[in-house]
Amino acid sequence: MAVTTYSGAEQYNFDIVKKFAVMSLVWAVIGMFVGVYIASELAWPFLNFDNPYISFGRFRPVHTTTVIFGFGGSALFATSYYVVQRTCQTRLISDGMASFTFWGWMAIIFLADISYMLGYTQSREYAEMEWPIDILIEVVWVTYLILFVGTIMRRKQPHIYVANWFYLAFILATALLHTFNNLAMPINLFSMKSYSLFAGTQDAMTQWWYGHNAVGFFLTAAFLGMMYYFVPKQAGRPIYSYRLSIVHFWALGFMYMWVGAHHLHWTALPDWTSSLAAAFSILLLMPSWGGMINGIMTLSGAWDKLRTDPVMRFMIVALSFYGMSTFEGPMMSLKEVNALSHYTDWTVGHVHSGALGWVAMISFGSLYHMMPKLWDTKIYSQKMVEWHFWLATIGIVLYIVAMWISGITQGLMWRAFDEFGNLQYSFVESVAAMHPFYAMRAIGGMFFLTGAVLMTYNMFMTIRQGKREAAALEAKLAAKMARA
Amino acid sequence: MNLNFKHEWIETNIGLMAVLTMLAISVGGLVEIAPLFFIDKTIEKVEGVRPYTPLEQRGRDIYQREGCYLCHSQMIRPFRDEKLRYGHYSLAAESQYDHPFQWGSKRTGPDLARVGGKYSNEWHVQHLIAPRSMVPESVMPNYPWLQTTPLDISDVTDRMKALRKVGVPYSLTEAEYKANAQKFGETVARQLHIPDAQKNLIEQANFGNYDGDRSGISEMDALVAYLQVLGTMVDFSKYKDDAFVDSR
Repeated sequence: MAVTTYSGAEQYNFDIVKKFAVMSLVWAVIGMFVGVYIASELAWPFLNFDNPYISFGRFRPVHTTTVIFGFGGSALFATSYYVVQRTCQTRLISDGMASFTFWGWMAIIFLADISYMLGYTQSREYAEMEWPIDILIEVVWVTYLILFVGTIMRRKQPHIYVANWFYLAFILATALLHTFNNLAMPINLFSMKSYSLFAGTQDAMTQWWYGHNAVGFFLTAAFLGMMYYFVPKQAGRPIYSYRLSIVHFWALGFMYMWVGAHHLHWTALPDWTSSLAAAFSILLLMPSWGGMINGIMTLSGAWDKLRTDPVMRFMIVALSFYGMSTFEGPMMSLKEVNALSHYTDWTVGHVHSGALGWVAMISFGSLYHMMPKLWDTKIYSQKMVEWHFWLATIGIVLYIVAMWISGITQGLMWRAFDEFGNLQYSFVESVAAMHPFYAMRAIGGMFFLTGAVLMTYNMFMTIRQGKREAAALEAKLAAKMARA
Repeated sequence: MNLNFKHEWIETNIGLMAVLTMLAISVGGLVEIAPLFFIDKTIEKVEGVRPYTPLEQRGRDIYQREGCYLCHSQMIRPFRDEKLRYGHYSLAAESQYDHPFQWGSKRTGPDLARVGGKYSNEWHVQHLIAPRSMVPESVMPNYPWLQTTPLDISDVTDRMKALRKVGVPYSLTEAEYKANAQKFGETVARQLHIPDAQKNLIEQANFGNYDGDRSGISEMDALVAYLQVLGTMVDFSKYKDDAFVDSR
C-alpha cells in the first residue's frame, strides 16, 4: 500500500485516466491510418477495391469519428479527469460512473465505425452516428457532466481553476449541440435508419451550427482547458494573464455559437444569417488569439525550454498553429474569400491545420507530460519524442501546403473564363490537376501517422518501465518487511 | 453594470458558472436558427417542387448510405461560372422536403443539384459501375454492387411514414390524398400515397427501367431514378431572372 499512496492512486482515481490515455493513442493510430488510407484513395482510386465497406464515402466518417471522438475525445476524458482531480484536490465522485463513461465511450466509437462501414449514416458531418448510438452518447455525456460538476462541487478550495471553466463549457455545449442536431425520426424501433426532423435550409443551418461548434467547443474550448493546465505545468510558470483568461473565456463561449453559418455562404440560406455569422467570425479572432497569447506568453522567462524540452515544443507549436488557423478561419469566412475557398481542398487544409497542428499537438504534449506521471516514471525515450515532433511538424506542413495549392487551384480553375466568355476548364480538368497534391497530402499524413506510432511505442515502453520500477520497489519493500 | 462586480463570484460558484455559460452559448443558435422557421421569405414560393416518389426516395437513401454528399454538393451558388457549369442557382424551396439536406460541403466531384436529365440512364449506370470507363481522370470509387444488389422495398412504407411524421406531405388518409391532389396534381398525388408505395415503386422501376436490366429492381434503379430527378422540378423558364432575389 505504501508504494501506491505517494503516486496519488488512493487520493485520486488515476485508473480511469490511464485507460482513456492509452485508448486515445490506440484510436489515434487507427483513425490516422484510416485518414492516410482515404487520402490515398483520392490519389489512387483503385484502393477502393470495389469494396463497399472501405469505399471513400463510407470510410471517411470512420476517419473523422475515430480521430475527433476516439482520439480527441479520449484525450479530453483523460485530461479532464486528471485536471479536475488535481486542481480540486479531490477524487472523482464515483468510480462506477467514471468506468461507465469509459466503456460507453469506447462502445460508441466502435459501433459508430462499424455502422458507417455497413452504410448507416445520418449524413451530417461529424454527427453521422445513427439514433441508437446518439442516445448512448446522450447518456454517457450526461453521466460525464454529473461526474465532472459533482467533482468540482467537492473541491478543497473555493476557486475553480480556469482549465475547468473550459472543460465545463465544452461539456455543456456538446450536450446542447448533440441534442438539437440529432433530432430524428427512426423508421421503426428495430431499424438503425432515421430521417432528420428538419429539412433543407433549417436542417443545413442546424447541422452547421453543430458542425462549427464541434470545432469550437469539442476541438477548441476543451483543448484550451488542456492547455491551461499542462502548459503552465510543463513550463513551471503561472498563466500569463488571469484577466485575459476571463475575458477570452466568455467572449469565446458567446461568439463561437454565432459563426456556423459561414459554412453556408452563398447558399440558399438567407443572407442575413450568413452575414451575421461572418461578422462574428471576424470578431472571434480576438478571443481566439487571447487564448493563444495567454498560452505562449506563459513561457516568457522560460524560453530556453523551447530548445531543451521537446514536450514544451509540442505545446508551443500547437499554440502557434492555433493562432494561425484562427486567423485563417475568419479570413475564409469573408464572403469574397469564401466564394473561392468553399467546396475546395482549402477547407480541408484549414481543418487539418487546426486538427493536426493544434488539437493533436497539444494532446501529444499533454499526454507526454501526463503519462509518465501516471505510471510514476520518466519518458522511455526523449530521442523518440524529438523524432515524433519533427515527423509531425513536417507532416502537417506537407499536408496544409498541398491543400492550399490544390484548393486555390480548384477555386481558380472553376471560375476561369476564356476569351469568348466560356468556362475555360471542364470540371474533370480540375480533378486531374489535383493528383500530385493528393499524393503529397497522403505522404504528409504518413509522416504524421508514423510520428503517432512512434509515440504509442514510446508510451508503451514508458508504461512497461513504470510497472517494472513499481514492482522492483515493491519487492525491495517486501524484502525489508521480511527482514524487520 | 454594478461596479462592484467581481468575477470571483462566478469562479467560486459552479452552479452560477454553469448557468451563465449555458446562457452565453445559447444566444447565437437562438438568434440564427429559430427565425428560419418563422420568417416566410426563408423558403421561396415556387411551383413544381414535390416530395420524392417511393423509388426516388429509396435512391436518395442509397445516395446517403454511400456518402456521396462527401464529394458532391447539391447547392449551386449565384455566380456566373456556376450558372454556366451547373445551371440556375439552387433555391431553398428545392430542398424543402429533404430530410436530411444534402447540400454538401466539398466538390471533389461536380455539383449534382441539377444533374437530372443531363446524362442518359445508360451513362449513369456505366459511370456508377466504373467511373473511369467514362471519365478517365475521375477519382470516384466504383459502385458495382448497386447493379447486383436487389433493392429492399420491404420497409418503404415505414420510411414514408417516418418522413410524413417529420412533415413531408405523404398521404395516409383520403383527405390527405385529396389535399395533395389539389396541391401537386393527381399524377403526383398518387405517387405520394403511402398505402400504394410498394406498387408505385415497382411500377416506376419497371416503366423507367433505369438500370437497363428488366430482371428485377436493383439499387441502381433507385439511385439513377433519384439522380435523374435532381434539379428538374422547378421550371425556371416560367420565372423572371430576378424573381428570387428578394428571398436571399
